[in-house]
Amino acid sequence: MPATASEPRRRPFVTDILGRSDYAIISELIAPNSRVLDLGCGEGELLEWLVLNKSVEARGIELDGRKVQRAIARGVSVYQGDIDEGLTGYPDDSFDYVILSQTLQETRRPLEVLREMLRVGRRAIVAFPNYGHWSVRLSLLFTGRAPRTRCFPHDWHSSPNIHFLTIKDFEELAAKQRWTVERKIFLSGRRVGYFLANLMAEVAVFLVRK
Amino acid sequence: MIVETQFACFNELPLDCGAVLSPVQVAYETYGELNETRSNAILIAHALSGDAHAAGISPVDGKPGWWDSMIGKGKAFDTDKYFIICSNVLGGCRGTTGPGSINPATGQPYAMSFPVITIPDMVRLQKMLIDRLGIERLLAVAGGSMGGMQTLEWAATYPESVACAIPIATTARHSAQQIAFNEVGRQAIMSDPDWNDGNYYDKKPPARGLAVARMIGHITYMSDESMRQKFGRRLRGKDKFGFDFSVDFEVESYLRYRGMQFVNRFDANSYLYITKAMDYFDLSDREGSLAGAFRKGNNTRFLVISFTSDWLYPSYQSQEIVQALRSLNRDVAYCELQSNYGHDAFLVDVGEQTEVVRGFLASTYKARN
Repeated sequence: MPATASEPRRRPFVTDILGRSDYAIISELIAPNSRVLDLGCGEGELLEWLVLNKSVEARGIELDGRKVQRAIARGVSVYQGDIDEGLTGYPDDSFDYVILSQTLQETRRPLEVLREMLRVGRRAIVAFPNYGHWSVRLSLLFTGRAPRTRCFPHDWHSSPNIHFLTIKDFEELAAKQRWTVERKIFLSGRRVGYFLANLMAEVAVFLVRK
Repeated sequence: MIVETQFACFNELPLDCGAVLSPVQVAYETYGELNETRSNAILIAHALSGDAHAAGISPVDGKPGWWDSMIGKGKAFDTDKYFIICSNVLGGCRGTTGPGSINPATGQPYAMSFPVITIPDMVRLQKMLIDRLGIERLLAVAGGSMGGMQTLEWAATYPESVACAIPIATTARHSAQQIAFNEVGRQAIMSDPDWNDGNYYDKKPPARGLAVARMIGHITYMSDESMRQKFGRRLRGKDKFGFDFSVDFEVESYLRYRGMQFVNRFDANSYLYITKAMDYFDLSDREGSLAGAFRKGNNTRFLVISFTSDWLYPSYQSQEIVQALRSLNRDVAYCELQSNYGHDAFLVDVGEQTEVVRGFLASTYKARN
């Protein structure tokens, strides 16, 4: 069994991995030589990085055919499919970590997806843009239109996001479902901070187990 | 690259039907060089009408191999890196023992006295060839359509001999629709009076029946879209209908041409035997379930590929394979490639297929060496 998450981080800034601060956090949470499933893995960049740097056994699921091809071409085993229906085939506890990065808000049935993640994986790592961030609140308040911010850049009619949630929402759900939150990291840009997180954090990363 | 077909002979081959075939000859070709550790060998399995000539130029007729777009210098199966082997299947008519071969017991062609063969029989013979070539573990087995069935059979039966399997546009079990098309092809052959219960080797072969079988086959290999693009309703060499039953449409002309061309290079009895082997193929009845068939080995990686417009081997059949492998938590990659070419896509629309196969092979090879 791989060890759990690393020591709580003390540095206030993260160094991006592949240009993404949430990837940096996720990679810190993952123990070497573990089995990892990345849902909505895109072109498999994070998985490839984890294979090279943490020697993980990597799998991915991605819906976009072109991205799947690029991921397979870089040597990552990716399945082309929909994560809303995609995990049924896997036996329980097939993975040490199941990652869902910036995709929870795009799923049709987020709760089902989270439950499935915690069935096929011993731990889930969920990163999502925080809808409670001050910029979202101000955007709605002052423009009177569906919020558009750095983390939510889309027009309402062409946004892939269909379920919006805040840090508080996720914590409440975790409590209700009796999931254990082992770690939570809140990011604003590259800065990690915990002060008034639901107002100040743009992105939240949770490490959860059943 | 000029390549010559080589031959290997074996004393006997036990078959699923209980018979033992003796002796058996296999025709095969190789491309590239086997490395010192013998870790770069790839077996390519051909489809219904294919043969051992998968790549390069044949010195006999000057024609390129059937998968020349995928095999060669810098191609998906890169002959600068890998040693590629392709053999004609058991029951075939292109150098490997089949119904057209001479039965040593009678001095006559086997014809319909040839035992009914299966996909596992074909693979058993391939395994003997691979052993003969001194290769313990293949880097990959790959193939489309019936070649994909052989690939799956390899992974199920000899997992210790396969580092990765690449089944393309295929199924783990022939469906009613697939059996139905094969049966129509067989009936076309057997209702041709020239078929003569299979005894035509010293006479006129059942050319009309075999041509019709091939015409049906070609329809199933294309898609509505690709036929519309290729032929539409264009007329062949005329401005208006002939008001008779000669060729009016381009598509008629094409099918007739492909049918007659096939007769020159294929044996009708081989068509019967090989399509029957495809119809019998069902990996799911082996160990109670499809997953059961793959339970044996867990060191084989899989890359499963299907095509959007392939209605003969639809994507759901590839997804069944992937689901079974996932239920065993096997290392499996799957993609459905966009193509208008129907089932033929794996032969003719190889751009994206090249990209995924190349990367997948490279990562498997790297992990092995």
